[in-house]
Amino acid sequence: MNKNKRLISGNEAIAEAAIMAGCRFYAGYPITPQNQIPEYMSWRMPEVNGVFLQAESELAAINMVFGASLTGTRAMTSSSSPGISLKQEGISYMAGCELPGVIVNIQRGGPGLGNIQGSQADYFQATKGGGHGDYRMPVLAPSTIPEAAELMMAAFDYADFYRTPVLLLSDGILGQMMEAVEFKEYKPIKKLVKKDWILDGARNRVPRSIFSLMTAPGALEKHNWKLLEKFSKMEKEVLSETYLAEDAEILVCAYGIMGRIGKAAIQMARKEGIKAGLFRPITLWPFDSKTASLYGSKAKKVLVVEQNLGQMVEDIKLAVEDSKKVFFHGRPGGGVASKEDLFEKIKELIK
Amino acid sequence: MEANLIICGSGGQGVLLAGTVLCHAAIKENKNVTWLPSYGAEKRGGLSYCAVVISTEPILSPLISRPPVIIALDNIGFDFYEHTLADKGLIILNTTLIGRETKRKDAEVLKVPITQIARDLGNVRIANMVALGVYLGKSGVIMLESVIAALDSVASSKYKDLILINRQALEKGFEIGVQNKKRG
Amino acid sequence: MKPVYLKPESLKDVVTSYCPGCGHGLVHRLIAEVIDELKVREKTIGIAPVGCAVYAYDYFNFDVAEAPHGRPPAVATAIKRCLPDRIVFTYQGDGDLASIGTNEIIHAANRGENITVIFINNANYGMTGGQMAPTTLPGMRTTTTQKGRDSKLHGFPLRVSELLATLEGTVYIERVSLIDPANVIKTKKAIKKAFSNQLTGTGFSFVEVLSPCPVNWGLKPLEALKFVKDQMIPYFKLGILKDKTEEMKKEKGA
Repeated sequence: MNKNKRLISGNEAIAEAAIMAGCRFYAGYPITPQNQIPEYMSWRMPEVNGVFLQAESELAAINMVFGASLTGTRAMTSSSSPGISLKQEGISYMAGCELPGVIVNIQRGGPGLGNIQGSQADYFQATKGGGHGDYRMPVLAPSTIPEAAELMMAAFDYADFYRTPVLLLSDGILGQMMEAVEFKEYKPIKKLVKKDWILDGARNRVPRSIFSLMTAPGALEKHNWKLLEKFSKMEKEVLSETYLAEDAEILVCAYGIMGRIGKAAIQMARKEGIKAGLFRPITLWPFDSKTASLYGSKAKKVLVVEQNLGQMVEDIKLAVEDSKKVFFHGRPGGGVASKEDLFEKIKELIK
Repeated sequence: MEANLIICGSGGQGVLLAGTVLCHAAIKENKNVTWLPSYGAEKRGGLSYCAVVISTEPILSPLISRPPVIIALDNIGFDFYEHTLADKGLIILNTTLIGRETKRKDAEVLKVPITQIARDLGNVRIANMVALGVYLGKSGVIMLESVIAALDSVASSKYKDLILINRQALEKGFEIGVQNKKRG
Repeated sequence: MKPVYLKPESLKDVVTSYCPGCGHGLVHRLIAEVIDELKVREKTIGIAPVGCAVYAYDYFNFDVAEAPHGRPPAVATAIKRCLPDRIVFTYQGDGDLASIGTNEIIHAANRGENITVIFINNANYGMTGGQMAPTTLPGMRTTTTQKGRDSKLHGFPLRVSELLATLEGTVYIERVSLIDPANVIKTKKAIKKAFSNQLTGTGFSFVEVLSPCPVNWGLKPLEALKFVKDQMIPYFKLGILKDKTEEMKKEKGA
């Protein structure tokens, strides 16, 4: 038996990966189905001399991350959908102030209080803004728990490298389920430089300030253009997985938990001689339109599968030239399509 | 090799723990596992469920829509999941708490007074391990030794003194499972 | 020639955007003097609010961050927890602290964060043009209470210092004013104590400053000071509302 393998829930794996990546500040507020993250952090952070704070609200939590980040500390918060709505204020300010930080959304059903079942209903919020203002934020969507651990570590690197908030977008199923994880030693995926912008007291240097209000004529526009330059660089960081997509006549597009269930359906289809393949975006922003376009255009039909009423399907339609061949299968409100359901759908479309 | 099963009952019956112990044991045998629980507001009472997939291949779907095996510890779980059983699937039925017959005429039903056995062993709360033992004996998916070894790694120091009785429960269930292996 | 009155090192040599007769500039100067006197300029991190003092980073000659509206106590909490040996203070107005940020101030205070809070109470939203604040006095006219604040409609002015004084986590709370030189000196003394407490690790210290806002009040600067004296002080009583400084020092020493 591999002694390094740990049976661990998605939530706990995310927390441990953050610690391994050098995260030393966590602030959060209880909400199901992500409570294992603050619970884990509450005892784990002190072990590594980090700070754990149970905040009075999600608003306070994200603003604590804002504060920790401006001291140069790797910082994160986590929540689930309704709580992530509250965090949008801080996320927007962090984007404006160019502060790194990692936010984890273990999605549940909505709108409103919704339910506590796993969901992918926050795709729009995550990838199209969420908070106010003209900003972009990398969004990482793991499909397995080992991948969640890996992406969590990468999230801190992207955050520091680009000085941006980064969102890990997962869901209640992946958060609550357990899988064996072999934690790999943390190695930065980006070349990280010393943070020369932090506020730690102006000792032997000119005082610094961190702010997002720019009312002088043209100042904000200039800042926005500068941010655009950064977003353009971030846009090159696309990650996606394809599976049997080369000769696929039907291309299944799904991310996160639905990505792996989609893959299972594809295996069922292949066994019956149906040429099905998978496109699974790992970064939801930036979105790998190129790959989606390449295989989507080749395929006869494209099936987008989500745990919502149809959100990523819009990005797929933008990527695939002939959007008439794009079909959607979704289950909202915590419903989840099984591999059998998806296999049936594939069969129906290929007829 | 791939094994799919669900364990269901009520909160407090150790449904989730039984699945967790099984997963630990499977990992000891270098198999892949996924464990997916139901989670809700209730801490005690109310439906409790976990789906366990064990495979020598990487596991894609952690969801089991048509489980080939259902371990039902009480009516709450049984009523809810009975209809999902795969055609000609196996039900391990806790007859102490489930008075009725199954509606699934195609099913292979292994009736075991699981809670009564646990009570006779001295602790009603080890019914989950009796049930798990029955499954191990019947299916042969994971070795009993691996599960016993897993108990050790799962139990916190506070519960170390309960390992012995849990082990007895597993062994008792296993025996029943093995006896019923050929049937059906 | 020996200079008798200099700009503190902790203030930048710039013109502020504050209106004539406004209290902010004066309180900025008092804070800067205190930070100079305590020799902590190089380890101070200030948190500016949203409101008239949002540009504080342009005026203070040390590190300053601008927090989202009402959130300075949450931001300060994190900074202090990450860098416990730095001096961290928030500077907040009544809209920021007593309205949108009540949650953050109450919980930072209740956790007993070892930070300093300077609360400027001028009974209205200055930056947005003089709307009703939670501290607006009954009958007081603002752009959103044009016939005067009606307590039946809008409730009562919030006494934040009194409220915070009830919390176990707070150590030192004092309300001061700027109505005359004697009170300005008192204000400086209170600010100095609030910062000194942080240096000694004594705990959460809070100074509420009743501050004139002549432009939005529609008064001349001197009339505004008189308004503070005659109208505000009777409702927001000056003085120490809580002081566990010595007790806490002893506890720490023991």
